[in-house]
Amino acid sequence: MTPLGRLPVPDRIRRRVERQYLIGRAVRRRRVLHGVADRTALIQPKDILAFVTQRNERIRLPYFLDYYRNLGVRHFLFVDNASDDGSGDFLREQADVSLWWTDSSYKRHRFGMDWINWLLLRYGRGHWCLTVDPDEFLIYPHCDTRPLDALTDWLDASGRPSFPAMLLDMYPKGGIEDQIYREGQDPFEIARWFDPANYSISKNHYLGNLWIQGGPRTRAFFSYDPLTGPALNKIPLVKWHWRYAYVSSTHMLLPRGLNHVYDESGGEMASGSLLHAKFLSTFAQKSAEELDRRQHYANSKEYRAYHSGMQRGTTLWCSESREYQDWRQLEDLGLISRGNWA
Amino acid sequence: MTFQVRLGVVLLCHDDLDVAARMARIWADGGARVVIHVDAKVPETRLGPMKAALAGLDGVMYSRRHRCDWGRFNLVRATQDAAEALLNEYPDITHVYLASGACLPLRPIADLIAYLAADPRRDHIESVSAHEVGWAVGGLNEERFTLYFPFDWRRQRWLFDRFVEWQRRLGIRRRLPRGLAPHLGAQWWCLTAETLRLILKDPRRDEFDRYFRLSWIPDESYFQTLVRRHSVDVESRSLTLVQFDHQGRPYQLYDDHIRLLEESRCFVARKAWPRAAKLMAYFPRPVTAHADMSPPQPARFQRMINRTVLRRVLGRPGLYMQSRYPRKDAENGKTSAPYAVFQGFSDVFPEFETWLTDRVSGDVHGHLFGPEGVEFAGLPEIGPGAISSNSMLRDHDAQGFLTALIRITTRMQIFQFSPRDNQALNWFIATDPNAHLIVVTGAWMLPLLQSGMPFDDIRRVTALLQRAEIEQLDVLNSVWVKARVQIHDLSDFLSRPLALLDEAVRQIDPQAAPVTDLPRMRDLTGLDDLLRRLRNSGLRPRLTGDGLPLTNIDDGQRRNAE
Repeated sequence: MTPLGRLPVPDRIRRRVERQYLIGRAVRRRRVLHGVADRTALIQPKDILAFVTQRNERIRLPYFLDYYRNLGVRHFLFVDNASDDGSGDFLREQADVSLWWTDSSYKRHRFGMDWINWLLLRYGRGHWCLTVDPDEFLIYPHCDTRPLDALTDWLDASGRPSFPAMLLDMYPKGGIEDQIYREGQDPFEIARWFDPANYSISKNHYLGNLWIQGGPRTRAFFSYDPLTGPALNKIPLVKWHWRYAYVSSTHMLLPRGLNHVYDESGGEMASGSLLHAKFLSTFAQKSAEELDRRQHYANSKEYRAYHSGMQRGTTLWCSESREYQDWRQLEDLGLISRGNWA
Repeated sequence: MTFQVRLGVVLLCHDDLDVAARMARIWADGGARVVIHVDAKVPETRLGPMKAALAGLDGVMYSRRHRCDWGRFNLVRATQDAAEALLNEYPDITHVYLASGACLPLRPIADLIAYLAADPRRDHIESVSAHEVGWAVGGLNEERFTLYFPFDWRRQRWLFDRFVEWQRRLGIRRRLPRGLAPHLGAQWWCLTAETLRLILKDPRRDEFDRYFRLSWIPDESYFQTLVRRHSVDVESRSLTLVQFDHQGRPYQLYDDHIRLLEESRCFVARKAWPRAAKLMAYFPRPVTAHADMSPPQPARFQRMINRTVLRRVLGRPGLYMQSRYPRKDAENGKTSAPYAVFQGFSDVFPEFETWLTDRVSGDVHGHLFGPEGVEFAGLPEIGPGAISSNSMLRDHDAQGFLTALIRITTRMQIFQFSPRDNQALNWFIATDPNAHLIVVTGAWMLPLLQSGMPFDDIRRVTALLQRAEIEQLDVLNSVWVKARVQIHDLSDFLSRPLALLDEAVRQIDPQAAPVTDLPRMRDLTGLDDLLRRLRNSGLRPRLTGDGLPLTNIDDGQRRNAE
């Protein structure tokens, strides 16, 4: 991916070239995005924006939009990757959604990140930007009593431009398809269990981010080759500047200072979690579909592993799973931290 | 109570003028005269709505606007001008309260007035001798007064830092104006008009202002220092509740702080998040029939804040997560709870784990770091905290594996170890004060006895394991060891197993019953023969100790040899 290949270039310069390459790529490929509903004129200077790529997620969208509206997201910028389940029509009618459509290859556009980087560059400058998938729900310390702008105001005051939220895979008790997910329903009424303490961490010195793996997916689907399991570290909330770029999904950014969301001298910085509502009744169908398309990371290895797992009737639940209560529970378990946000 | 308090308020406003207007109204409605200073950086157009919101309100005035920068003298200048304007306009004022536009009155203003009236000559201002305080952020306590600070800390940080360094190198020391003792304290105070007039009309004020203009953060030292010169009765505690984090920024207050704030009985709190609607609606509390004169008791609130500061600065011991990933030896606690490692015991006693489980309170695991997989107690596929028993996953982040296991379980973790296992954590465990290692060296040789392997293989395995254990012992005998370590060699252990086992069990669990019986011991026949053959093949067994095994024949042989 890197334009410098294996040339002996100092890391600082290499990172800079990579960042410029990513931005250039995003600008160049903006043409594949076709505006369907452009309501970006409604965006006010201090609004918090959400950036989402989606494909055939119609059933999830109503709850997703309501969840983030309640948190305080003011405008949603969606990229619809050739959905055929009516989700495009649904999104077009939402008053706080701007929608772009594309039928280009998700994979060839760096799993959608080229599109998102472009929208961030174009509309996200100076805003706090939340980049999430339709099955990711942000939880942060005090989220039951304080809206998202309380968090972003505090981050501003502390001089922090980015906020980490580790992906926490949620799953139901029993078979994944046993309980049918209805439109508009809180997915965590069904998928309300998670793995409390089986996460491994290593540090990526080149980009300065932590690489977190583990959770039920690694335990159940990747036990034969655990090190290729999905990454769970995410930095979804960033006060955007046009010089920033997401490198790989929302796992890490350039410049690398944005990835420095952890304390290395023993203290705790504030962090949240993205509850991942992937394992619902919609999952098996989705994984079959994605398998055919082969548009996902590492030749859809994840989906292939899931699919074979599903067909064996795997349940992710185990006796050590914990039932989700609230952010305080996650904090006590050490999955998130309030840092010094009292 | 005959003294009539007439309160004046200096309100310093920066941005959020809506909130500031609201606060001004609260003060004015409570019967205070208010002078508002608006930062000159705020554009004139934004002043209009504020003035409109406060139009028709009695006793509200605006002072000359200064540009206000954090840590600079212009904040003091703004305060001085505003206070002078207030005292000139309303000469009958008896007390002046300095507050900001984000300071939220918690109790009715009438309470504050009654409280001030109880001791009308007292000045409420935090004023601590600069020689004593240790809390100023940035390490500049006395240097605030002895160096020059012409540069802005926020906007010209580089110049600021260089200039401080340069002055330190040259040994520059400013002399304080004669008769002043430097004092520091929170910016927000409540002074009697008398004291304030003395400060503002001091004949040497020009000299003082000149001096403080180039000191650092004079808003926390100007009045705090000068009040010592003029006041007869200083109550060195601010009436405003304000807490700073470790970087010197004030904590913001939110809706969920309502109960804590009410319990604090403070008059004013700083600083409210501008959109904390419930908080703003709840405070100030309505006026009661009888003014409540109880003093502020912020201790509980301060404890809560201090806990948070500790979490930010020290964190929770033994926690490794997305926003806490300490460097080696900066962990503030490598693990979260004591744990014990038994090495060699399961080789001497094949049923050691079951035996130990009945005798101590704790989870007794097998070889957690075994090469085939993780042997959690009871050999489940998925261990405590949903930790996988897959050895690849464990070895990917062995430290995270161990620390997560110790953190997620409530009982003491006890596990077996041997040179066969993953040795990656030897340094980590040896330097962890929570670890308790009980080692019988050379015991790994016993399972080889009955293995039935060809001698060449045994010799090769012995060489490998012996090297591994010698490397481990180098670690355990180093000067950096923080763990409690007991090392016995095999012959030493076999000579008095009951006593050593008893000692080990009691050390990890003081409440355990005395050990009176031994678990089944492995058959030791043939050990001397094996050792001899190893020696003769050129491999010196170094870890089993001298004189093994302690049979009569062997003793006889040894005597003969001697």
